[in-house]
Amino acid sequence: MLVVILGNIVYVGWGHLSWEFLTQVPRAGMTQGGIYPAIFGTAALVLLMTLAVLPLGVMTAIYLQEYAPQGSRWVPLVRLAVQNLAGVPAIVFGLFGLGFFVSFVGREIDHFLYGGRLVYGQPAILWAALTMALLTLPTVVVTTEEALRAVPQGLREVAYALGATRWQMVHHVVLPQAIGGMLTGGILAVSRGAGEVAPILFTGAAYYLPYLPTHLNDQFMELGYHVYVMTTQSPDVEATKPLLYSTVLVLLLLTFALNFVAVLVRAQFRRRQMR
Amino acid sequence: MTPKPKLEARQLHFFYGTFAALKGINLAVPAGTITAIIGPSGCGKSTLLRVFNRMNEIIPDVHLSGDVLLEGVSIYQDGLASTTLRKRVGMVFQRPNPFPLSIFENVAYGPRIHGLARGDSLRRLVEESLQATHLWDEVKDRLSQSALSLLPEQQQRLCISRLLAVQPEVLLLDEPCSALDPAATQQIEELMRELTARYTLVIVTHNMQQAARVSEFTAYMLLGELAEFGKTAELFTNPRDPRTEEYITGRFG
Ligand SMILES: Nc1ncnc2c1ncn2[C@@H]1O[C@H](COP(=O)(O)OP(=O)(O)O)[C@@H](O)[C@H]1O
Ligand SMILES: [Mg+2]
Repeated sequence: MLVVILGNIVYVGWGHLSWEFLTQVPRAGMTQGGIYPAIFGTAALVLLMTLAVLPLGVMTAIYLQEYAPQGSRWVPLVRLAVQNLAGVPAIVFGLFGLGFFVSFVGREIDHFLYGGRLVYGQPAILWAALTMALLTLPTVVVTTEEALRAVPQGLREVAYALGATRWQMVHHVVLPQAIGGMLTGGILAVSRGAGEVAPILFTGAAYYLPYLPTHLNDQFMELGYHVYVMTTQSPDVEATKPLLYSTVLVLLLLTFALNFVAVLVRAQFRRRQMR
Repeated sequence: MTPKPKLEARQLHFFYGTFAALKGINLAVPAGTITAIIGPSGCGKSTLLRVFNRMNEIIPDVHLSGDVLLEGVSIYQDGLASTTLRKRVGMVFQRPNPFPLSIFENVAYGPRIHGLARGDSLRRLVEESLQATHLWDEVKDRLSQSALSLLPEQQQRLCISRLLAVQPEVLLLDEPCSALDPAATQQIEELMRELTARYTLVIVTHNMQQAARVSEFTAYMLLGELAEFGKTAELFTNPRDPRTEEYITGRFG
């Protein structure tokens, strides 16, 4: 079944894939031209999201695994909360992002910094990226925690026994050992985020924009959303079909490529640890 | 005459949760000697060793009463940083456990974190530390290679070098030869005897021949208690406690 669907996408999509398609803006009601703004927007979104989620997720995991007092009542609660976050449907993140980031945080910023002028209190790539960061946070926390747990206890003890402080131990011994696993988690989070549409639906993605986002409060086009738009919102669904297949193909290739990189990174670091 | 004590446990009780692992230990480790701690598995040897440099503190839910003195000063009093203590009282573990770094970086790690040396003086310190364990000639041409490429016995000597480089006063060794073959064991034992010139050594071993060969004093532990402590020669030939006699004869014969 999957093979049939994928095969169909590749077969039809490949025919329309061209340099022009990747580098031009959509034209004529999306029946012509390319998907460059959507590719650019996706990249920008993913980059911003990574900048937000990696530090937060990695620090959370380091705290939970290395710093939180063992036997604390809070640690299991925080873990449970993070795990529950992973089970929340993506659309709920979208609504939360709209309610919290756009309507609350954004409006407050406008109120205090811009005298009530509408600057940040509207859907924007910043809010979409932060919403997406929340969605991918569990992936980063869980994979980082796994990577930290895999560091042999004996090595931690040696560092302590030589008189290292906790931070020296974490910094010199644990992090270098765990960095591969952490990177893998980061890439997996990115690839999960890149394929989700719901969180950005109300928080920043645009139906069609003739220009690229250049500011944090700009709206942006995104590949997944573009697919959704072409399937359901286009004036002439039949005419957009070839482009649609190609867009899906690009999205799939991107996701596969990211996952593949994650596998490579993991294998690479495993090999280094073996030595 | 007994030399003055370097380390001293006084009425020491130690608990994992509610389980009493050490029950009222009184023990004075003489300076500049090797003291062996022997006893059946699970009697608290490793626990006692870890209490000596507060490595027990990284285990959750443990509790201690009594005191441990280093040169007459409590190591559990408030205000003494565990990092300072562990620089003076270092530990070598059962399994050789070099960092997955180069040979040089392994030995340089301790001096670096304590700010003891850098540049040329760090290189000298690393060389001296490797000389002290007779590893220098074997590794001097490949200091930048991974420490994990060494043989297990070389790795253990590297771990001892790594500890010597922080310039400690007391070396705690927890069954340092149990992962090594007899030839390697003999080398480490010779090394330990040499080290008494500059350090006080406490070695945990379940191998009584080893205790008899290397140590000057022996502590025999049983179920968390110190059953007997004395000169190794006397303890092995003329044990005062019938339980000690049972243990050593049982193993020898
Ligand atoms: N981290 C721990 N938590 C709970 N009990 C422990 C822990 N470590 C050791 N023990 C218990 O304390 C006792 C003494 O252990 P240990 O000092 O390792 O003995 P030995 O080194 O003489 O074999 C044993 O009964 C062991 O099960
Ligand atoms: Mg033990």
